[in-house]
Amino acid sequence: MLNIAVAYSRYKFLGNEFLTWLWFMIETDLSRLRKYDTDLVSLTVGNRLVLENTRYNAKETVTIKGDNASMEEGLLAITKGAAVTEIHLSYKTGAQTWEFSLKGESLNISNLKLPETGPVETPDDLEGVVLEKVYLIEKVIGLVNNLFTHFIHLRVSNTWDNQTASRIRKWATSN
Amino acid sequence: MGLLSSRMSITRYKVTGQLDGSVHETVYRGLKQHAIPKIEDDGPEATIGWTSFETPYSPDFEGYSFVFGAYMVFALRIDKKSIPPKLIQKHYALYVAKRLADTGRHYLSGNEKKSIKDHVVNTLVHRIPATPNVYDLVWEYDTSSLWFFSNLKAANEALETLFIKSFNLHLIRLFPYTTADLVAGLSDQERDLLRKLEKSRSEE
Repeated sequence: MLNIAVAYSRYKFLGNEFLTWLWFMIETDLSRLRKYDTDLVSLTVGNRLVLENTRYNAKETVTIKGDNASMEEGLLAITKGAAVTEIHLSYKTGAQTWEFSLKGESLNISNLKLPETGPVETPDDLEGVVLEKVYLIEKVIGLVNNLFTHFIHLRVSNTWDNQTASRIRKWATSN
Repeated sequence: MGLLSSRMSITRYKVTGQLDGSVHETVYRGLKQHAIPKIEDDGPEATIGWTSFETPYSPDFEGYSFVFGAYMVFALRIDKKSIPPKLIQKHYALYVAKRLADTGRHYLSGNEKKSIKDHVVNTLVHRIPATPNVYDLVWEYDTSSLWFFSNLKAANEALETLFIKSFNLHLIRLFPYTTADLVAGLSDQERDLLRKLEKSRSEE
């Protein structure tokens, strides 16, 4: 295992490429994502998307905010070589919805809103609510791990360089 | 933000190593030994320790109250004293004026000014109460998985330090490389390829 601090900065591009791939998959091949997570009914980009272009040693950031915001600027940034560094997602399985943000460099989850759980009205309710919350958090962490696992297997394969990278570029250009 | 908050932030960890003896008893002893003091100390700027999830302002781990099914749920508490800069400025100005009046001089040296500032900060630290910050965590021992309910760098660093001190177990933060290496089930050959990966051409 590499030194943790070195590994964090040396490979943070992997997280950004993961989020870029995830956006591409959400827009073009949701049925494949459903195979990766059989409970997934829908996965959509929420109200925030941040992209960063670090080409030529300069840092350019594009932030798209708001419900139903146009993603054109984000796609344009991708064609110029940018990658997604933060994405807000809405994940649905049956009647339940999770909302959360995912950061590329750390894979940290923030702003996570779980489906409604029962209230804690008496001390006896606490254990049930804690276990329910843990179950709901596990679902979202499981989703992230699952998607990242598929991404990383693809990323270390020849398919990434031979097909996926160019498909992502083509998708961004054609929209 | 914690486990029962309406919005939460989570940093994921893998716990490396095993505890000797009974897990709950060993964790209980570690928590008790490094619990945040119940009585506020008027000394340091920050006090860091474990507290209970249910009663974070009165740490209590008796009866293994931190065990919820297969999970251990407790919290890290950081009590920090923050002195408003304007308060330091005010007391500093008063001390400087008094020193000038006492000595009949018009100026103070750089060293004198620094020592007055240090004195002011030390005096105020003892008078100001600490602000408690509570960060929950969920530890599933069987899967070596731990979720810490904060993305703040300082809080995560404090957790990593106190965790090893309390339980003699290391925490590995799960970010892209460590997730790929420890969670994604890569083969040895894929791991070699992972180590050699460079930024994708499309992202350059």
